[in-house]
Amino acid sequence: MTTTSDGTVTDESFDPYAASEAAAATARETTEGRVYTVTGGDWDSIVPGDEDERIVVNMGPQHPSTHGVLRLVLELEGETVKQARTVIGYLHTGIEKNLEYRNWTQGVTFVTRMDYLSPIFNETAYCLGVEKLLGIEVPERATTIRVLLMELNRISSHFVWLATGGMELGALTAMTNGFRERELILDILEMITGLRMNHAYVRPGGVAQDLPPGAVEKIRELLEILPGRLRSYDDLLTGNTIWQKRLQGVAHLDLQGCLALGVTGPILRSAGLAWDLRKTEPYCGYETYDFDVPTETTADAWGRYRVRMNEMWESLKIVEQALDRLTPGPVMIEDRKIGWPAQLALGPDGLGNSLDHVKKIMGTSMEALIHHFKLVTEGFRVPAGQVYVAIENPRGELGAHVVSDGGTRPYRVHVRDPGFVNLQAASPMCEGSLIADAIAAVASIDPVMGGVDR
Amino acid sequence: MTEIPTGGPTPDGNTPGAVDTGVGADSRGVSDMFGAAFGGDTSGFGGLVRRKAPDLSTPRPYGGWFDEAVDALAEAYPAFSDSIVRVVVDRGELTLHVLPAKVAEVAKVLRDDENQRFELLSNLNGVDYPAQQERLHVVYNLTSLTYRRRLRLETAVTVEDPHIASITPVYPTADFHERETWDMFGVIFDGHPGLTRILMPDDWNGHPQRKDYPLGGVPVEYKGAQIPPPDERRTYA
Repeated sequence: MTTTSDGTVTDESFDPYAASEAAAATARETTEGRVYTVTGGDWDSIVPGDEDERIVVNMGPQHPSTHGVLRLVLELEGETVKQARTVIGYLHTGIEKNLEYRNWTQGVTFVTRMDYLSPIFNETAYCLGVEKLLGIEVPERATTIRVLLMELNRISSHFVWLATGGMELGALTAMTNGFRERELILDILEMITGLRMNHAYVRPGGVAQDLPPGAVEKIRELLEILPGRLRSYDDLLTGNTIWQKRLQGVAHLDLQGCLALGVTGPILRSAGLAWDLRKTEPYCGYETYDFDVPTETTADAWGRYRVRMNEMWESLKIVEQALDRLTPGPVMIEDRKIGWPAQLALGPDGLGNSLDHVKKIMGTSMEALIHHFKLVTEGFRVPAGQVYVAIENPRGELGAHVVSDGGTRPYRVHVRDPGFVNLQAASPMCEGSLIADAIAAVASIDPVMGGVDR
Repeated sequence: MTEIPTGGPTPDGNTPGAVDTGVGADSRGVSDMFGAAFGGDTSGFGGLVRRKAPDLSTPRPYGGWFDEAVDALAEAYPAFSDSIVRVVVDRGELTLHVLPAKVAEVAKVLRDDENQRFELLSNLNGVDYPAQQERLHVVYNLTSLTYRRRLRLETAVTVEDPHIASITPVYPTADFHERETWDMFGVIFDGHPGLTRILMPDDWNGHPQRKDYPLGGVPVEYKGAQIPPPDERRTYA
């Protein structure tokens, strides 16, 4: 042991990078107990059998079955998980901080990147918050389009849950089929918004542009295809003995546990409580749609599987009703101090301001040009105050706490992502179970790290 | 407040863009993007005054179920008048401003009282208002599944003494939320079982969501012009 000039104590006898031919593994004493450095070779040769067999395993942050960059620290005794801890933050990108330096409309492009599997929900929650602060109502057609896209997005998000969850449990066909079905929906979202993900389509005051020609027909085609596909999952998985045995009785969390841990969404509904914000605190006109809230009482991974599968059927019902309700009308608020002046149109060089509008501001109306310029560069002002708006996203309660100081930029936006909160349930679900069931538990929570870390 | 070096006071000695900051307008009104040397908006369209957040209580009646709920809380919680600083109703949302040491007590009453039944803590997060003495605010959004109501608690502490009673004993779900608020704002929750950073690395310095913490970024050259990083661009108050 020597003490260097800067006061750190180094142990010269130990060099982790030194090639050692005699011993493949080394052990050293530290203030926190004995630490083994294993460089290959037999574990038994350094840990005698009669010692405490507890080992700590780091699963992640890049393990394929941890839903992105989630790290699980598992304390194992044999194959039994004695203690589980989730470590997050590997995907933190400072979205909430960045929002404070952009105007209210630009904020949409940031929140859409939070939970990247359900971007339409992020945008809608944020926009509902901004609209509540502004005290405005969006046109009916815009609300219907929002509902339409949210429900399509819910189905695509559940397909990814099924795909990744199935893959983690070894059902690779579920993975390939799930991503195949999701692609059908992403094609429609791309047709409508221009992007498969990160749409920035829902804007304060409405949506960015109207549905393109052919979109309704394409969604109706999808409604023809999906029921058959959903039934094929029942054939493939629901009656499958292996699938049942991997899920039934695994990752139990009862209603009391759910409420204490703030867990919402399919996990709460799998414990028997039909708490769905679309029904209990309707927004975007959900009270006028005819649909059910599927529940189960098993409170395990199996129940969550059943709830999510049934939710996809209900979402299909809502999509169909929303399509029938689409009546022609504006998709952005008429207030010219908030709604951007030009609707987008496809020009020879891609999507941009409509040619009519360009002609107007460049040729005839200087005031329109000034107004357009000010509204886009400076943005609109939002009266000071704070609101909390919650909607039901595929994972549970997605809340947006939006604070304005009266300026053209958000003063503070905090998004309550259900994945972030639900992930706390991973420990009670895993502890005491086998390590293989820990995988099923995390899969049944369905966390999306983009939303968890923001 | 971060002083932006490119700024400099106007002839009358004021920092540009910071007239009556109220809830903390920043002084970054300065950039050379549009040739305005001292930032002030030359168009007259923008104005420079930010509205100050009202520091007032809402007078009764609050409307809706709010009166009834506040009365029920006052009855169930004897220390109501000592703990609840003010009651604000804004945009159909009820906010109770609570003293930092009393938050957990009030939350426990709200959870257990049969006239309230706020079983679920939906959200907990911080907001920084640098212009105020007690600048670090923490808001708690509670949900009652029984009555389908929402209520907000808000509390404020100073940077020098950022201690708030943890509500993890009342709502275990506050664990991650409080860790995030400590991480991002530096609020210390007394009684939290393990208050460590959650989103930032363990050895990080500073609390990024505070308003005086810089966003960071580099200027970008675009078609020969320098575009400053986002936190140094021209702001419209």
